[in-house]
Amino acid sequence: MKLRVNGLEYEVHPPPERLLVDLLREDLHLTGTKRGCEDGSCGACTVLVDREPRHACLTLAHMVEGRDVTTIEGASSSFGLSSLQRALIENGGLQCGFCAPGMVLAVEACLLRGKPTREEIREAIAGNYCRCTGYAKIVDAAEKVVRERWGP
Amino acid sequence: MTKVGNRIPLVDAPLKVAGTATYAGDIARSGMLAGKIVRSPEAHARILSIDVWEAASEPGVAAILTGDRYPVPFGVLPITHDETMLAVRKVRYRGEGVVAIAATSIEAAERAARKVRVEYERLPEYDDPEVSAGPVTEKIHERAVGNTNLQKEVQQSFGPVDEAFRDAAHIVTVRGRFAGVTHAALEPHAVVADFASDGRLTVWSSTQVPHYLHLALSEVLGIPEHRVRVVKPTVGGGFGGKGDPFPHELVAAALSIEAQRPVRIVLGREEVFYLNHGRHPTRNTVRIAADAEGQLRGLDVDALIDGGAASSFGTVTTYYNGVLSVGPYHIPAFRYRGRRAYTNKPPSGAMRAHGSVNTRYSIEVGMDMLAEELHVDPTELRLRNFLPPDTTTLNGFRITSNSVARCLGAARARSEWTSKFRALPLGEGIGVACGFFISGSNSPIHFTPKFPQSTVHLKIDVDGGVTVHSGAADIGQGSDTVLAQIVADVLGVGIDRVRVAAVDTDTAPVDLGSYSSRVTFMMGNAARRAAEAMLAQLRNAAAQITGQPAEKFVAAEDRLSLPDHPEVAVAYLDAVHAAMEHTGALQSSGSYESPRIGGDFKGARAGTSPSYSFAAYVAQVKVDTDLGRIRVKNVWAAFDCGRPINPLLVEGQIEGSIHMGLGQLLGEEMHYRGTRLMNPSLLEYRTISPEDMPEVECLLVGDADPEGPFGAKEAGEGPLPPVLPAVANAVYDAIGIRFLDLPLTPDKVWRAIEARRKEGGLVKPPRPEDHDR
Ligand code: FES
Ligand code: FES
Repeated sequence: MKLRVNGLEYEVHPPPERLLVDLLREDLHLTGTKRGCEDGSCGACTVLVDREPRHACLTLAHMVEGRDVTTIEGASSSFGLSSLQRALIENGGLQCGFCAPGMVLAVEACLLRGKPTREEIREAIAGNYCRCTGYAKIVDAAEKVVRERWGP
Repeated sequence: MTKVGNRIPLVDAPLKVAGTATYAGDIARSGMLAGKIVRSPEAHARILSIDVWEAASEPGVAAILTGDRYPVPFGVLPITHDETMLAVRKVRYRGEGVVAIAATSIEAAERAARKVRVEYERLPEYDDPEVSAGPVTEKIHERAVGNTNLQKEVQQSFGPVDEAFRDAAHIVTVRGRFAGVTHAALEPHAVVADFASDGRLTVWSSTQVPHYLHLALSEVLGIPEHRVRVVKPTVGGGFGGKGDPFPHELVAAALSIEAQRPVRIVLGREEVFYLNHGRHPTRNTVRIAADAEGQLRGLDVDALIDGGAASSFGTVTTYYNGVLSVGPYHIPAFRYRGRRAYTNKPPSGAMRAHGSVNTRYSIEVGMDMLAEELHVDPTELRLRNFLPPDTTTLNGFRITSNSVARCLGAARARSEWTSKFRALPLGEGIGVACGFFISGSNSPIHFTPKFPQSTVHLKIDVDGGVTVHSGAADIGQGSDTVLAQIVADVLGVGIDRVRVAAVDTDTAPVDLGSYSSRVTFMMGNAARRAAEAMLAQLRNAAAQITGQPAEKFVAAEDRLSLPDHPEVAVAYLDAVHAAMEHTGALQSSGSYESPRIGGDFKGARAGTSPSYSFAAYVAQVKVDTDLGRIRVKNVWAAFDCGRPINPLLVEGQIEGSIHMGLGQLLGEEMHYRGTRLMNPSLLEYRTISPEDMPEVECLLVGDADPEGPFGAKEAGEGPLPPVLPAVANAVYDAIGIRFLDLPLTPDKVWRAIEARRKEGGLVKPPRPEDHDR
């Protein structure tokens, strides 16, 4: 089967039961996508499939055939880290960083839908577990990006 | 230009946020096998037979291991080695490893695992520490006390305790019950082990204690220490949960030896819950005696803690449940009885604010009750009783810097306490609590051979980059950043010149690891000394170049110059090159040893620390009296960590601690039915969601500590304990009900509210000044 990951086309032959998270981590060596559980409860494996957030631990690899997948490795560009990534760094929006890949993509997906309120940002990350930060600095960082992009 | 004291982002954040930081589970080695552990479905049973014949013939299986191969017991404390890498002859908790398999893929290992046959003979199961404390028919471990299943018993008494309680004008008694909670770091434990053809073993592991793991690998596997190498990659959170050497780490190494191939083991989330080593389920009784003026006269603490099936840090936990109650108040008489019982549950161990959370809860709720009996404001009662700075507690803790009174003042002012206490409408309330915590344990766990608690090495070569070798484990809290800040600050160079090498026991000097909030204080002091020794070499070079006295040079902004004659200056890189002309790369070393503190009695060292953090929190809540839901709206967290090296990171520690503390208070629970863990998943283990987090205002109040690096003290654990009782006291202010049985789930709160309504009504408690009317 073929799929696009971070803009590049891949041809892969996963066994039918292979999960997207394992396809990415083990077969494509894209280890930025993390695994914190195996039941959709932590969001560490969040990737975008056609710009929509998905749990790669609950998605079978063959379900993304022909689709466009964005992982954390695709969140930054040749211009460097995205404004959200920079805001997270500067605001202390990550500590151990294990949630960061999923968090970045969950918030990016939210920003793709238009200007969010603080509440909507919190909702967007409600499925992304973080044990370190207490979430406030993550939401602050996202809000900073919202202000930069849409004004106060 | 100084880096210390500024809000410097984590030096490794750009990698983490881009998904390129390497965690243990991301490591792949050529020829690597996948390891899988077959775990016991029984809580307490003799192993009659293990049949791996069918499993071994599965395609792809390279090695199978059972407990009798490496039966050497280990444990983080040298005095209580009672864990083995796989069960030997009997299993002691559900989830204990029995057989380990290495195969060419994880699927193959799992297929083989399903074919392992183990025959068990059930033994009596112990789920209640009260029962374990009495005579038992089956000892869980031979080393348990007498004919009981007690692991440890501590009795201490200081000062005239009986007189204090006999003569007291007021005595309050609090009986607290606390469910066990667990660290639930997002990264599941992962390890890669490679026993290579040169006879050297390398282990990459998500660990907080590379040095202890190093020792355990050598002891259990019988490989000399110098042929064992432990590397700590980026770690996805620890909180104490990666603070022991663990069975799976030893198993991966043993499988690699058997298979002569690298082996990776990544635990599933359920396995992480069974590994546990989290906060002990606890029952405590705290009695506080006070005179008519509200001066504390005595404190009597009794704690029975459920250790699960292994010792882990438990001996320390048993002490900490008592000794960490001698502050932040002046206690003239103190008695403690602590007992830790083995049960057939996953082991308990050290978790953030180790051993101090549950006793602190009962004390701070007790202080609230005492204030009410005395008809005084609870902040006022606390102010009357605080320890001063520069004092010694009755059990020999040396208190140096202490700004707890200023913390309380700040939290009170920012929260507008006086206008809110007992004055908010029914269902809304405000509460206060205080606390203190050690900045590292004064006595290291391992004392032979003798070595400093922390050592830091620096190296500068022609490129001018400063390489820092340290064994201190950054587990997300930011210790690498603190290291880089300190070194850059002393050398007067930009922080990007400093590169902190990953912890590698081959190259890093021994450091005891990340626990007991020791790192900033101890590693920080070592780093400062190492950097000063390096600076001396650069100053000498500057002196040689300019002919000016070396000690006059100050380092800042990539140069060394004379403050009075800024035109006399040597660029940093020129000084480096001059200094290394005849020696090659520059090196320096710095270390930290804590002063000797504490009395001569048994257990005197427990809780002694070169310095203590202090805290005073105010919390405001709203209780939904129809649904029993407690909504924490605000926390004003005033914290004395001395002079913060990095306020951004300190705030992160406070906010994360509040998340974890509120979780324990409001919903987190290792929920057992008998010995059976009912909720081993993140879906069912209820942490606080982003929507339920309160607004947190961090107030960093504190004077520079005389011995801390640049005046800093710990900030990783002390921020946790006060939030639980502050909220509980706020709930009392809101609805007049005391909750002493954690967690305060909505059903429990709702039942208490209903009962109170039937008894005659839900009302706010009276104000102190209304009592006399
Ligand atoms: S790993 Fe997919 S949600 Fe946790
Ligand atoms: S930063 Fe550690 S889990 Fe979010």
